[in-house]
Amino acid sequence: MDLRFGDSKPTDEERAAVDALLGPPASAWEGADDRTDTDLRWARGGREARERRDLLLPGLHALNDRVGWISEGGLAYLCRRLTVPPAEGYGVATFYAMFAVKPRPATVVHVCTDLACAARGSARVCTKIERDLGPAGSAGSGAVWQPSPCLGLCERAPAALVIRAGEAPRTAVVAPATAEAVADAATAPHEAAAEPQAAAAAPQARTPAAQPAQAGTSAALPAPTPAPRPSRASGQASGQASGQASGQASGQTANAVARTGSSAPGSALAAPEAGRDGLVLLRRVGVVDPGSLDDYRAHGGYAALRRAFALGPAGVIREVTEAGLVGRGGAAFPTGRKWAATAQQPDHPHYLVCNADESEPGTFKDRVLMEGDPYALVEAMTIAGYATGAHRGYLYLRGEYPRALRRLRTAIDRARARGLLGEDVMGQGFAFDIEIRRGAGAYICGEETAIFNSIEGRRGEPRSKPPFPVEKGLFGKPTAVNNVETLVNVLPILIEGAQGYARTGTSASTGTKLFCVSGTVARPGVYELPFGATLRELLELAGPPKTLRAVLLGGAAGAFVRPDELDVPLTFEGTRAAGATLGSGVVLVLDDSVELPRVLLRIAEFFRDESCGQCVPCRVGTVRQEEALHRIKDLTGDAAAGDIALLREVGRAMRDASICGLGQTAWNAVESAIDRLGAFK
Amino acid sequence: MTAIPLRPPRRLVDLTLDGEPVRAPEGSTLLDACRAAGKDVPTLCQGDTLTPKNACRVCVVEVEGSRTLAPACSRRVEPGMEVRTDTERARHSRKVVLELLASSTDLSTTPGAAEWIEEYGAEPDRFGAEAARVAEEPKVDNDLYVRDYSKCVLCYKCVDACGEQWQNTFAIAVAGRGFDARISTEHDAPLTDSACVYCGNCVEVCPTGALSFKTEFDMRAAGTWDESAQTETTTVCAYCGVGCNLTLHVQDNEIVKVTSPHDNPVTHGNLCIKGRFGYQHVQNHAQNQD
Ligand code: SF4
Ligand code: SF4
Ligand code: SF4
Ligand code: FES
Repeated sequence: MDLRFGDSKPTDEERAAVDALLGPPASAWEGADDRTDTDLRWARGGREARERRDLLLPGLHALNDRVGWISEGGLAYLCRRLTVPPAEGYGVATFYAMFAVKPRPATVVHVCTDLACAARGSARVCTKIERDLGPAGSAGSGAVWQPSPCLGLCERAPAALVIRAGEAPRTAVVAPATAEAVADAATAPHEAAAEPQAAAAAPQARTPAAQPAQAGTSAALPAPTPAPRPSRASGQASGQASGQASGQASGQTANAVARTGSSAPGSALAAPEAGRDGLVLLRRVGVVDPGSLDDYRAHGGYAALRRAFALGPAGVIREVTEAGLVGRGGAAFPTGRKWAATAQQPDHPHYLVCNADESEPGTFKDRVLMEGDPYALVEAMTIAGYATGAHRGYLYLRGEYPRALRRLRTAIDRARARGLLGEDVMGQGFAFDIEIRRGAGAYICGEETAIFNSIEGRRGEPRSKPPFPVEKGLFGKPTAVNNVETLVNVLPILIEGAQGYARTGTSASTGTKLFCVSGTVARPGVYELPFGATLRELLELAGPPKTLRAVLLGGAAGAFVRPDELDVPLTFEGTRAAGATLGSGVVLVLDDSVELPRVLLRIAEFFRDESCGQCVPCRVGTVRQEEALHRIKDLTGDAAAGDIALLREVGRAMRDASICGLGQTAWNAVESAIDRLGAFK
Repeated sequence: MTAIPLRPPRRLVDLTLDGEPVRAPEGSTLLDACRAAGKDVPTLCQGDTLTPKNACRVCVVEVEGSRTLAPACSRRVEPGMEVRTDTERARHSRKVVLELLASSTDLSTTPGAAEWIEEYGAEPDRFGAEAARVAEEPKVDNDLYVRDYSKCVLCYKCVDACGEQWQNTFAIAVAGRGFDARISTEHDAPLTDSACVYCGNCVEVCPTGALSFKTEFDMRAAGTWDESAQTETTTVCAYCGVGCNLTLHVQDNEIVKVTSPHDNPVTHGNLCIKGRFGYQHVQNHAQNQD
């Protein structure tokens, strides 16, 4: 390989950002300024640098975090450091929505225009923001805004996320968003405290949960005290100094609230039922201090890992298999089988990947888990690594979750400091560590093979299967990929035992399930219910609208359910029998004020935007689907019939012939709206 | 002398194709098995010298027990597989894929496209005149070859030929995402500012004519390109001692392009800039010198 890097040079800032991640260049071959005599005789770096290809995405983040976009010089320098061909580096940078390869202001405002936010007035917010900041994508007054797919903040819709690049990059969540609050955060994100902090929010949370609108508002208005300025950005850090925000959370307050049995404390606003008896996965959310390892242990943390060591890897897999745990990411594959298949692969090393790239529109449960109970995920990943024989776990976190990133970083650092990660976990002679990788705005990277390409520093395009990840996954090695909710289920399985765990739920769907309820309900948020509860019961908890039009179950790739179908049991088998799917647990509630054709158009737009572009049925099919829906958005009956027939034909080919689940499901929701809701009738 | 590598005999796998029992060597693809059985399955992104990316999906077939259709070019044969190549379901997907492609890209120079469109009854026009197209001006930034991405079906072949499968130059990659994905150099720079070494191996594998010799591009523009009037002569490159085979395409006693036989064990269709583009001295006729 004889790469050509061109003549463009990085700025000092860009060089510093890359060097902070990779260390200073070892020789002129890697881009050091001064060429030494040794350099002339000895070309170093090639192979070692190439083996660090997986640092390309963190490197792109480093540049983007520092200057807000990725310049030719910056990209060339990063590519030289990693021996990545610049054309490939450019191909990777342009794959992700959070990166720009053209100059733009340091402050970028992402305004969610996705389903839940649209149902709660994001269009109004956008119109106003347009007046303040100019049209989307145009750089006015030091900030640029852009419409965004779901930010995973649907319980506080409409939502916006402000990211300001700099040596200490800052993020601020504005939700529920008003144009004024967004403008404030955009002009001075350093003044608006980044996000409501648990400690600050806790007292306010005594507001009875029955008034969620107020509770939501108070959480959205950040405490006036500016968040502490970090001394230095740590590596490719986004957000403030790691740990500080979460570290400040007052465990005592939280505990006191929980003990007195009053309603959920602050960080749990997203989980309206936090603190209630009988919760399994959410039982610590809003109850423990997410920054404190001691508090986690005081609430039963690390008992499951201890049990795992007592059982041995095969014993853990047996428990998980017998418990009947199946994947919660949407595919519902038996976790025990996946683990057993990975564990028995002769090829080594084995890897564990935690898929925390939650990006299905309307999904935010993994965020709530990671923000509210980060150590649980760390512990669960350790158990999964132990069971599958992996010594390294990658936690692939979606790029739009700055708070989860901070909390998980803190949790991993503290667990490592206490010997719960590292060379010798709990003194049991088992080595395991976790590395966080940030996504950068690509829904497709949540696909189980695209996630490997993304981590490896390639374009996040799905691979074709077979071979399956358990044989050839990350870096071509046997890999178990599990999503956050699935992993966290392993803790109660080990603590209660397979039988105890399986007593909850139905025989085919055991345990409990998290549902992300959003849209026009009184108390949006994450709810945990035993499998078998009906949709009606769930909606009762969340406060359904007076005139229900439809419920979108399972997200953009899911299906609509009619008001007369609310008795469908929320189980894998129950929803399947009803021709729907649980998907990732999205329950998006639409009342009769909603214009169904617009919702469908938004879904189509989402898939068109998020298609990786690899295969024809999806790359072009999603465009044709959107065009057809656009043509008939105001039509019904015969006037729409021709385009509906066209949609069916294209949809069928997308479902049959696309490479991955994105294309295969891109027509699901539209089809169900036509067939079950009588859209365009 | 050509070295024919001796491989250990491969086991044969039994499967059925359209109800007929067939045997295929282990590790071969469904496409290999189909072609051996004399069945025609259309392909675009599959190439005889490259590992297919199975991105175009025109070769899909039905495999019993599989939820979706399978790309024949990449799915390996397995014992007991029941494969159907010509069902209504498979034909439907092929038809729609052809419609999607033809409605978004210019397939006028793609061999086979017109025939398949006819065979499958595809109607690319039914998406309407407003249907989005890959609208790109031809990139004429060097004297040797032209990139006209309005004809590109994103088969990834050129990227693989330029990159790790053959040339190892990595001058081009896929950039962007979804419908906006394009083959591109870094920052979309002209080829002359890229790593390209003008081996033309990408041109050799391009199935659509999106990449073409400048001579061909100019002659097409002038309306003088006439494949039926061309002869092909395979010879040995005179430049160095490697001994690559060259196939000279000659029209009106002028070399109009150079390819290399894909089954040649020396080149597998690949050449360097000299063999590919350095033919002018051959036709340095007296009348051209003054
Ligand atoms: S179905 Fe869509 S997202 Fe999946 S590989 Fe094909 S183009 Fe990419
Ligand atoms: S001519 Fe050769 S080096 Fe240039 S882009 Fe094509 S394959 Fe790559
Ligand atoms: S330029 Fe040709 S070879 Fe390259 S992707 Fe497009 S169609 Fe395929
Ligand atoms: S945050 Fe807007 S739809 Fe999810």
